[in-house]
Amino acid sequence: MLTKKFDPLKKKIFQVLDHEGNITDEKLVPKIDDETLLKMYKTMLLGRIADTKALQYQRQGRMLTYAPIKGQEAAHTAPIAALDKKDWMVPAFREMAGMLYKGADLEKLYLYWYGNEEGNHFDEELRILPISVPIASQINHGAGVAYAAKYKGDKEVAVAFVGDGGSSHGEFHEGLNFAATTQSPLIVIIQNNQWAISTPREAQSKAQNLASKGIGYGVPSILVDGNDPLAMFAAVKEARERAINGNGPTLIEALTYRLGPHTTSDDPTIYRDDDDLKYWEKRDPIIRFKKYLIDKELLTEEEDEKLQKEYKDFSNKTFKKVEKSGLVPLEDVFNYTYAELPKDLKEQLALHKKLAESEAK
Amino acid sequence: MAVQTVLSAINQTLFEQMKKDDSVVVFGEDVGFEGGVFRATKGLQQEFGKDRSFDSPLAESAIIGSAIGMAVNGLKPVVEIQFSGFMFPGYNQIVAHAARYRNRTRGLYNVPMVIRMPYGGGIRALEHHSESLETLFAHIPGLKVVIPSTPYDAKGLLTSAIQDPDPVIFMEPKRIYRAFKQELPDKEFKVPIGKAKTLKKGEDITVVAWGALVRETEKAIKGLEDEGIDVELIDLRTIQPYDKEAIANSVKKTGRLLVVHEAVKSFGPGAEIISMINEKAFLYLEAPPTRLTGPDITVPLPKGEHHFIISPERIRAKIKEVMAF
Repeated sequence: MLTKKFDPLKKKIFQVLDHEGNITDEKLVPKIDDETLLKMYKTMLLGRIADTKALQYQRQGRMLTYAPIKGQEAAHTAPIAALDKKDWMVPAFREMAGMLYKGADLEKLYLYWYGNEEGNHFDEELRILPISVPIASQINHGAGVAYAAKYKGDKEVAVAFVGDGGSSHGEFHEGLNFAATTQSPLIVIIQNNQWAISTPREAQSKAQNLASKGIGYGVPSILVDGNDPLAMFAAVKEARERAINGNGPTLIEALTYRLGPHTTSDDPTIYRDDDDLKYWEKRDPIIRFKKYLIDKELLTEEEDEKLQKEYKDFSNKTFKKVEKSGLVPLEDVFNYTYAELPKDLKEQLALHKKLAESEAK
Repeated sequence: MAVQTVLSAINQTLFEQMKKDDSVVVFGEDVGFEGGVFRATKGLQQEFGKDRSFDSPLAESAIIGSAIGMAVNGLKPVVEIQFSGFMFPGYNQIVAHAARYRNRTRGLYNVPMVIRMPYGGGIRALEHHSESLETLFAHIPGLKVVIPSTPYDAKGLLTSAIQDPDPVIFMEPKRIYRAFKQELPDKEFKVPIGKAKTLKKGEDITVVAWGALVRETEKAIKGLEDEGIDVELIDLRTIQPYDKEAIANSVKKTGRLLVVHEAVKSFGPGAEIISMINEKAFLYLEAPPTRLTGPDITVPLPKGEHHFIISPERIRAKIKEVMAF
């Protein structure tokens, strides 16, 4: 078992692809077919490009505050690739590439950051929960989704994401503990990107690593190189097996790095060391994964360049479409408060209609 | 038909709904084996097993947050918060998620769940066991807030709450858990959420109350007719969305309004109801609409609680004051 072999209390880090993109140990390489490998890479690349574009749109005043994913693509895409279609994704708010892998349209994801709740309305069969802005509270939702799956006898798991800052939150602990005591099929992934806005990992916790926090709850836990898509895939695959066999949750710490700001409102240059950034830029998951795929002859530089161009065009085209979506109609901001609009809200809606009409005149 | 208390009616309803619908699960602190500290869930674990009725870890956000996840994935959780004063660690989940999930996902996910909690004073309890915090829920769009005052309503409203597609906060006046008995049908019946009940027709003044204070108001108005005051008593039953028409129509008839609640005065439900009457029935008023409430203080421990409690005598005096305006 990976969680035994790579004991986080012994400061072990699970890695399959080294920083250069070479296999560390053939025995550790998970079985992934070529099609899946390519899909993982392509989705990470699309995520990276869509992310870069989103930042540009925001700087141009065309997009709202946005939370970039740059550097963390492997940490949240590979886990989703390791799931079955019917498994649940419970995101925090920095998992765009993972959501794309699960099947969400880029148009929806842009729409959300453009300021429209419809961006959280995914096709039901995708089983993606909405972005959760309050920190760590989604871990409990994941625990509940997982409990329900177990209760109904459905062989499915929930994968919930949280940041390193979120691992300090009470909700993180309560959710993990609930899933452990009920032995629910939940996988919690801490995307440890080293920063909770400007608070560094060292100030966040005195724990030697965040994965070790799971041990206290009786939860198998593992610290994984989060910029290594093969290691993340393998760790989640094993956790999934354990979960659907009735052996409860797993905690995975994905050691990664946020190469961009926390959100577009943040300026990391005032708290981040340039050397630190350079160190992590060399460990970029996309560069590493690309080398691996080229070595495997699944990808060429020319194909990669073509993909990059294709994704740039696609992102631009998609965002232009989103920009044309316009404002949310009045009914929509009232209609989803309750399953059925109460009488008083109907009256308030009528009043707001009148106000809007008189303004229009 | 059998004689039931508010508490036994809740217990009967949970049995009934769990029997009827496999997706109903009941959990919370001490809810399983012991059947809850008040025994509202007594016997459920023995009847339905540990998967459907269980003791959760002592963690309110986990109880409410996991219930949200369960509701998203097809279950109907009915959770218990041991005392309403302990709901704050779970309040984030109620306000940030349960109330907003439907809106956030544009209707993709409803969260049909019920959060039960005993509330209110008068049982000589510890700190944080006596507050009436209905305003804190009623103020949040997306939540429904229900307070029964009789065994009949406890059963009928809880049945509605469990079958409701929205999250419902079900507040139980623990002071009358065992103090009030009624014969109830053994079969399922529903009392609609959002409908008040006129308990006594009257011509002179409308009194609106809920929970344990309905019982105190009933005591207060006994014999008042002999003194020439004909009170119309309305049990609000749902705090949000509340029955504005029932109150407004009554005030249009009586011309006077008194709201009686255990919650503290400022920004409380009384302020909302009076404001609504100013909008809907101002020209019918013969006296300023007013309220009799707990003062804006921390609810005292038992040796001081008598200063806080609203007695039938105080209600009676206040009614006379409004009549004398």
